[in-house]
Parts: sequence; C-alpha cells; structure tokens
Amino acid sequence: MNQESARLPNPSTAIGGDGRGDRSDAMLLSVQDLHVWFELKRWGFAHAGYVRAVDGVNFDLRQGEAIAIVGESGCGKSSLMKTILGLNRPIKGDILFEGQKLSELRGRSLQWYRSQVGYVQQDPYGALPPFMSVRRILEEPLVINRVKDGEERQARIVKVMEEVKLFPVDDFLTKFPHMLSGGQQQRVVIARSMILNPKLLVADEPVSMLDASVRVEILKLLRGLQESHNLAVIYITHDLSTVRYFSEYIFVMYAGQIVEKARVNDLLRHARHPYTHALLEATSDPDAKNAEVFKEVPPGEPPSLVNPPSGCRFHPRCPHMMKDLCDVQVPPDFEPTPGHFAACWLYR
Amino acid sequence: MTEDRLLRVQDLVLHFRTTQGVVQAVDGVSFELERHEAVVIIGESGCGKSSLARAILRLLPRNVHAYSGKVYLNGTDVMSLDEEQFRREVRWVKMSLVPQAAMNALNPVLRVGDQVAEPTMVHLKVDKQQALQQARKMFEHVGVPVDFLNRYAFELSGGMRQRVALAMALVTAPDLVILDEPTSALDVLTQANIFNLLKRLKRELATGFVLITHDIATSSELADHVAVMYAGQIVELNDAARFFSEPLHPYSQKLMASVPRLRADIEPDFITGQPPSLINLPAGCRFAPRCPSRFAKCDQDPPLFGQGRRQVRCWLYE
Ligand SMILES: Nc1ncnc2c1ncn2[C@@H]1O[C@H](COP(=O)(O)OP(=O)(O)OP(=O)(O)O)[C@@H](O)[C@H]1O
Ligand SMILES: Nc1ncnc2c1ncn2[C@@H]1O[C@H](COP(=O)(O)OP(=O)(O)O)[C@@H](O)[C@H]1O
Ligand code: SF4
Ligand code: SF4
Ligand SMILES: [Mg+2]
Ligand SMILES: [Mg+2]
Repeated sequence: MNQESARLPNPSTAIGGDGRGDRSDAMLLSVQDLHVWFELKRWGFAHAGYVRAVDGVNFDLRQGEAIAIVGESGCGKSSLMKTILGLNRPIKGDILFEGQKLSELRGRSLQWYRSQVGYVQQDPYGALPPFMSVRRILEEPLVINRVKDGEERQARIVKVMEEVKLFPVDDFLTKFPHMLSGGQQQRVVIARSMILNPKLLVADEPVSMLDASVRVEILKLLRGLQESHNLAVIYITHDLSTVRYFSEYIFVMYAGQIVEKARVNDLLRHARHPYTHALLEATSDPDAKNAEVFKEVPPGEPPSLVNPPSGCRFHPRCPHMMKDLCDVQVPPDFEPTPGHFAACWLYR
Repeated sequence: MTEDRLLRVQDLVLHFRTTQGVVQAVDGVSFELERHEAVVIIGESGCGKSSLARAILRLLPRNVHAYSGKVYLNGTDVMSLDEEQFRREVRWVKMSLVPQAAMNALNPVLRVGDQVAEPTMVHLKVDKQQALQQARKMFEHVGVPVDFLNRYAFELSGGMRQRVALAMALVTAPDLVILDEPTSALDVLTQANIFNLLKRLKRELATGFVLITHDIATSSELADHVAVMYAGQIVELNDAARFFSEPLHPYSQKLMASVPRLRADIEPDFITGQPPSLINLPAGCRFAPRCPSRFAKCDQDPPLFGQGRRQVRCWLYE
C-alpha cells in the first residue's frame, strides 16, 4: 500500500465538491452539481415521475489521476458515466473538460471530445461487433477520425495491440470476437478505447464478467496503461476488494448520490459512512472462518430512485439512524478528517 | 459405514459430441458429502462445473457422447434407476438444482407463488391448497415477504428472484441441493444476505449443499469442503480449513494467489495462459502447460494421491 501512495501523481489533489476543493483550470474533468433524471411515461405519454439516476454529484479529476466509483447496481454509476461520455443529457449541472462545457460542444469539437475519452464497457461479450475482425474493430475509430494514411493506421493498430499484450499481433488481427476468450475480448475493447490516445479512460465494471483468474490481469493492464500514458481513469465497480490495487481515490455512491469520498487507504481503514461500512463488511476474503459467522449487513435493498427516501437516502436501512434528523434532513458533506468527506449526520 | 453418507459420486463421466470433436466436460469425478455440509466446486469458466451438476442430476442434453459412473444418495445407487424412476423418486424429490442464472429463468407469466408451489404438486402430489401453504412457508424461510406470492418475476429485484429460485429448490425438502453460481450476478450486500441465509439453512435443514462457483472469496462463506476442478477433473479435494490457508495443488495455489484481498496486503497475481480445450487435452498432467513446478514426470497422467477428504492430482505428492 505504501508503494501505492508513492505512485500518487499529485498528493495535494483536491477532491472536494461543493466549492470546497481547488477548482483551478488544471482540472481535466470537473463534474458540477450533476443531475441526470429519466422521465417515466405511463401508456407511452403521460408523465409518471422521474428516475433520479444521478442526483447532485460533484467531483474533479486531474490528468493522470485514477478514481474508483463504488456502489450497488442501480445506484446510478453507469448513468453517471454515460453522461460523462456525452450519451445522456443532464437535466441540471455541468461537466467541464479542460475548462470547456460539454453541453456547449458541437460538431468537430464534440468529436474531438469523444476522441479524448476512451470507454471500456461493462460487458465485453456484447461490446464487440461479431462480424468484424480485430483489425477492422481497431481501424474504425481511426477512419472516423480521419487518419488517412493506411501505413500510419497499421502502425497504430500494432502498437496498441502490443500495449494490451495481444501477442502475436498478426494472429489476432484476423480473428473475430467469437474466437477470443473473455479476457482477450476485453483486451480488444481496451485497445479500441486507447487507439485515439485519450486523456481520460472510463472503465465501467471492466472485469465483473470475467473469471477471477483473469480479472487481476486486466486490472494490472489498465493500471500499467494509466501510468505509462499518464491517463486519468474512472473505474466503476461494486467490488471493493479490487479498488485498492487500482485507484488513489474512492467515491462511494448510493441511490444517485456520492455519500463518501476519500483516499483509498483512508477509506478502507477509516470508513465513515454506515453504507461504506456495510460494503466493507459484506466483502469476503477467502478464509475458512467465514463459514462460521454471519455477516452483519443491513437487510433490504436500495431504494427506488423515483421516490427516494426523505432525508438521508440510506436511513431506512441504517443501524445508526437518528429519528427526526436522518429521516427528515438531507445530510450535507461533512469533513471528519481533512480530505475525507462523508454525507452523514454522525459527523456533524 | 459409507452407506449413511448423503452423497457419494464415483468416477462420473459426461462427454459431449460436437462437430469439432468430443468435449470431455466431466472426466472421472469422485467426491462425497454428508448432511449439514457443503462442498464447493471451484474452477475457471468452462472447466466443467455446470456439466458436473447436470451429470449428478441426469439433466442431459441431446448430444451426450458418454455418460457413466456411480451416484449414491443415502446409499442408493441412483444411476441404476431408469429415467422414469429417477424422475419420480430422485430429481426434485431428493435432490434439486438452482441452475446458473436461475433468477433470470423464472417463468414470466406465472405468479412466483405458483411457481414455488409447482414442484410439490408435481413431484410430491400434494393438492394446490397445501402446496401454496408450503410455498408460503418457504417464502418466509428464504426471506421473501409473503405478499410477493402473487407477484410476477419482473416485479422483483434480482436478489428477491434469486431467493424465489432457492425456495423452488427447497420446497420439496430435498436431501441435496446443488447451487450453480447462486450469487455471481448479485451485488455485494445482496450476496452477503443470501450467504447468511444459506448458512442458516445449512444448520436448520438436514440438507447437503453442493455450491458451484468461480468466486473463491465468497465460496469460503459456505464451504466445509473444497473441490477444485480443472479441465474436467477434480485436481484437489480438501477440507475448507486447510484449503483456504494452505492449498496443495499448484493450480489451487495459483487460484488462491489470484484473489484480490480487502484485509491483507498481498499483491494478487494472475495465472498465465489459458485452460486447455476439452476437445484436445494435452497428454500427461492437464495443468502442465501453465504449471511453474512441472518436472519430467509430469508427462504422465497424475492419479489422485492421498485419501478420503484430502486428495491431490499432482506428482509432487506422490
Ligand atoms: N451440450 C453441450 N454440448 C457441447 N459442449 C458442451 C455442452 N455443454 C457444455 N459444453 C462444454 O463443456 C465444457 C464445460 O462446460 P460447463 O458449462 O460445465 O462449464 P462451467 O465450469 O460451468 O463454466 P462457467 O463457469 O462458465 O459456468 C465447456 O467447454 C462447454 O463449452
Ligand atoms: N435510459 C434510461 N431510462 C430510464 N431509466 C434508466 C435509464 N438508464 C438507467 N435508468 C435507471 O437509472 C437507475 C441507475 O441505473 P444505472 O446508472 O445503470 O446504475 P448502475 O450502473 O449503478 O447499476 C436505475 O434505476 C436504472 O433502471
Ligand atoms: S445520516 Fe443518519 S441514516 Fe444516514 S447514514 Fe448517517 S446515521 Fe445513517
Ligand atoms: S503434476 Fe506436474 S505439471 Fe501437474 S500440477 Fe503437479 S507439478 Fe504441475
Ligand atoms: Mg452499470
Ligand atoms: Mg457453469
């Protein structure tokens, strides 16, 4: 773990939202008061409320920095990512990339933005077009971005394949996705996301569909790329046991909101938010003693995002719920120790 | 003495015929299990875990090339029963399965209560009223609110659907339940809640559990015994206490080393290479191409060394 902190690209990074942190122009990506709601329709037209998939998210990311966003399925992680990728429109709030508002980008500049952001999606098995060879899959983004010289395209394809360790390159160039194992397919997905030399890589549960023995390999590959290219990476997962090998910061998301932000070690050793405690308790290490004890995890399931609970959204499941406070008032971000934020009334 | 064992699997073989050749998915598997115990079967994708479950329950596809071996349940040789007897007396009645991705396989047009009642009506021949009564009890047992009896699968969350699938497998009070990747698609908190439930059921019911998974960390939540599968064979059998602290087979050691840990400062490592194709198996030890400890002898097929609950298929233990 010490090694890991020694690798930190910028130890003084500010992660605070809410105007607390340093918002200088050095930020690569700045997510400000982001709200992404999906309208629910009844009988195809009558308004029936909103799914508040992202409901007030703030964070900043510098060049070369890796963060992890952790939370259960349906908490809004993919919606947040798709908004960053420009695939969803926020109903409120902004995303700034190198100081430019994403909502104001059009045409060429939007295409430029897309080339700056690589995307590794959740399910490698559905990510690759089945009737395209690896060569064509990797060539396509280059063609779209007007790399006209065939030799240059070939050189870039070979280079990126070497970087993701698809050896021997010549053998893989002609293969089709169904001929590849899950791990190899995910390497192709990563190669495709890297081929335009992006500054930011968004990896949405990149290993959750893969075998345990391959997971670590892919995560190490991503970590290596992050370091050698000084990439900023947003790593989305519900598995806390993998984040410590990967990122400097963890943001914990619950029901559309970020409830805790801290450096990895700080969060794993001194988690503050009761939801984070629950996630940690629920995560298993291989140990025969596990079979003898019951885990203390909150019952129930994440709330509906159409009518989220009042006050703290975790209050119906929280063992520390304080009546007339937690169920009524929304907790703001408290900062129990410098740089460690928790949206929980216990730290008022 | 062995007669009171709940389950004894001996030399089970299940091969499939394909256009490319014969897939040796289950290739001579043996293990035993007692009541109130769980054995976990772990191994990489494609090593034959689900096929082993099918072989035990005789849920065979059309393209079977070879199917042989013995399965004793409470001392009775169920392999020698004809299909009709097996269906009437064994499958669902004495052993049941929660299939891989069961939560997505529930019938979309039937109320989940009726689906849970069905096995008792069909296999135990009880009337609908009584079967629904039993389904209700089972819902309480697995932690699904009883007013969900009247709902449809799409109205339930993944965790709830998985509990319903579990209720379907348990409602006939079988002696043995096989769970194929029961929590792989679920979130950590839901996963932890389901494992709490399985632990409680293992204590309360006189049932034995076979848990199939590729998630080694969560497998330790239920395991009394561990069977590691590689390329259609069991390469290590061990009791959980020993396995999780000191796995024997080089493959098991590699598997354990690949697990990212939350509470220990161990850098995980991956296993280089890929498992062999089950159509063209290498001669000698099947793990040899990836094994860091291989030596001259490994050109020959290693048998299982050791006895009873602790066996390993590796020449290092000759
Ligand atoms: N009906 C079939 N016909 C031909 N081959 C099959 C059949 N069913 C399974 N196989 C093959 O048998 C091997 C073992 O498959 P099985 O489903 O048992 O693996 P598994 O260990 O359960 O994998 P996973 O962890 O991915 O579920 C695989 O190579 C698979 O492709
Ligand atoms: N296009 C959409 N239309 C309506 N609801 C959506 C859409 N995309 C996502 N949602 C809903 O938003 C919530 C968050 O989903 P998602 O961002 O995919 O979560 P996660 O990635 O954390 O699992 C869920 O309730 C989901 O059903
Ligand atoms: S604000 Fe209250 S209910 Fe919410 S997590 Fe903190 S203690 Fe629990
Ligand atoms: S038999 Fe040889 S090759 Fe096989 S696992 Fe043992 S040492 Fe390795
Ligand atoms: Mg998602
Ligand atoms: Mg399977």
